[in-house]
Amino acid sequence: MTDLPEAEETVEVEHPEGWITYEVFHQKKRGTQHTHVGIVHAPNAEMAIVFAKESFARRGATTNLWVVKSEDVTALDYDDSDIFDTTPEKAYREAGFYKTRDKIEQLKENEGHE
Amino acid sequence: MYGGGYTGEPEKKQEQAQDDPALLAEFEAKIARGEKIEPRDWMPVDYRKQLIRMIEQHAHSEIIGALPEGTFITRAPGFKRKMALMAKVQDEIGHGQMLYSAAETLGKTREQMFNDLLSGKSKYSNVFNYPAVTWADVTTIGFLIDAAAIVNQVINSKGSYGPYCRALERICYEEAFHLKQGHDAFVSLASGTPYQRQLAQDSLNRWWEPIMHFFGPSDKMSVHSERLMRWKVKLASNDDMRQQFLNTYVPKVWELGLTLPDPNLKKNAETKQWEFTEPNWDTFFKVINGDGPCNKERLAVRKWAEEKGRWVRQALINPKEKYTLPYA
Repeated sequence: MTDLPEAEETVEVEHPEGWITYEVFHQKKRGTQHTHVGIVHAPNAEMAIVFAKESFARRGATTNLWVVKSEDVTALDYDDSDIFDTTPEKAYREAGFYKTRDKIEQLKENEGHE
Repeated sequence: MYGGGYTGEPEKKQEQAQDDPALLAEFEAKIARGEKIEPRDWMPVDYRKQLIRMIEQHAHSEIIGALPEGTFITRAPGFKRKMALMAKVQDEIGHGQMLYSAAETLGKTREQMFNDLLSGKSKYSNVFNYPAVTWADVTTIGFLIDAAAIVNQVINSKGSYGPYCRALERICYEEAFHLKQGHDAFVSLASGTPYQRQLAQDSLNRWWEPIMHFFGPSDKMSVHSERLMRWKVKLASNDDMRQQFLNTYVPKVWELGLTLPDPNLKKNAETKQWEFTEPNWDTFFKVINGDGPCNKERLAVRKWAEEKGRWVRQALINPKEKYTLPYA
């Protein structure tokens, strides 16, 4: 490179109008979920996919990528996380909560049959 | 790579901003509980400022750090070394991209960061103000500078700011390859002809002082940053990181029968601490403030890239879209 700018020369990067951020979702292989992996800057979705490939698919398996405009993400405010503090006891929503076999054994014992 | 080499004083006591005490207490409690801070959370003014500074300069270090290696791709010995070096350089630029994104979530645009690099306002890791003269220098960078950066980055990935931690985890995973390929290339020279061994030894002699500078001045010299430790912005002292580096990597040099240019370098059997000749810190400050062998060239190359690449960015302008801060 023979035409390097002088050290004193000022070079300013302009804000590239219309370049926005896209959230990138990466899918390792068919059948698995797309996972959020980061963001890229791009002027449109097609270029965002190109940049996402360079940034997030350099090694390992990739079968698919999604890009979504950051501004299209609607997120809950962390300050509102208390809406998840409903009843603290949710075991009744789990399969393991139901000890039916115990009751059947009890019933058999009471009835006196095998 | 190239994380977090020391780039200057982290903060000046008298400049501390005043925050709402109730919010501050809540913020500190969250960090004490081990929770991460996310971009849209409330955070102290100085926390935001320090993180922007730190992540931005880490990003610059990745970009500038790729320059000395990039020029060696055509000269790397053999096809496999060329492939590895290309992959590494591509990774480093990718790391820069991820880190710029993480800094951006805190409210500074990418273009502002680029401009602060080009104007000399933002620093980058000081080791990249030194030239890679021979291929052996490239192997020393890949082996020992990447190793030092990994020590730093693994520690920082346990920090409190979510986007930075996530970027660092991914970076550390990729750095593992950088270190291995660097070590492999370095050992190839060390186990080669007498001339190749001499190249490796000369390179160690050239790079030892910049490597000793990498983690920054001794804790005795630098401002004690207790608040940044409490906020998990800084997680280990300069001296602790340097000790950790020496402990792992000095034996890896010595086992090859090569030497390091410091007759006082040894591990004290009692204290378990490494002892060494204090590197010249005047040189360090002189270089980091612009007067090193490569400062001018590094920035000139960046300016050249900005100027020559401008038409591409302009050709892709999409005036219908309006910029907003990214989410994560």
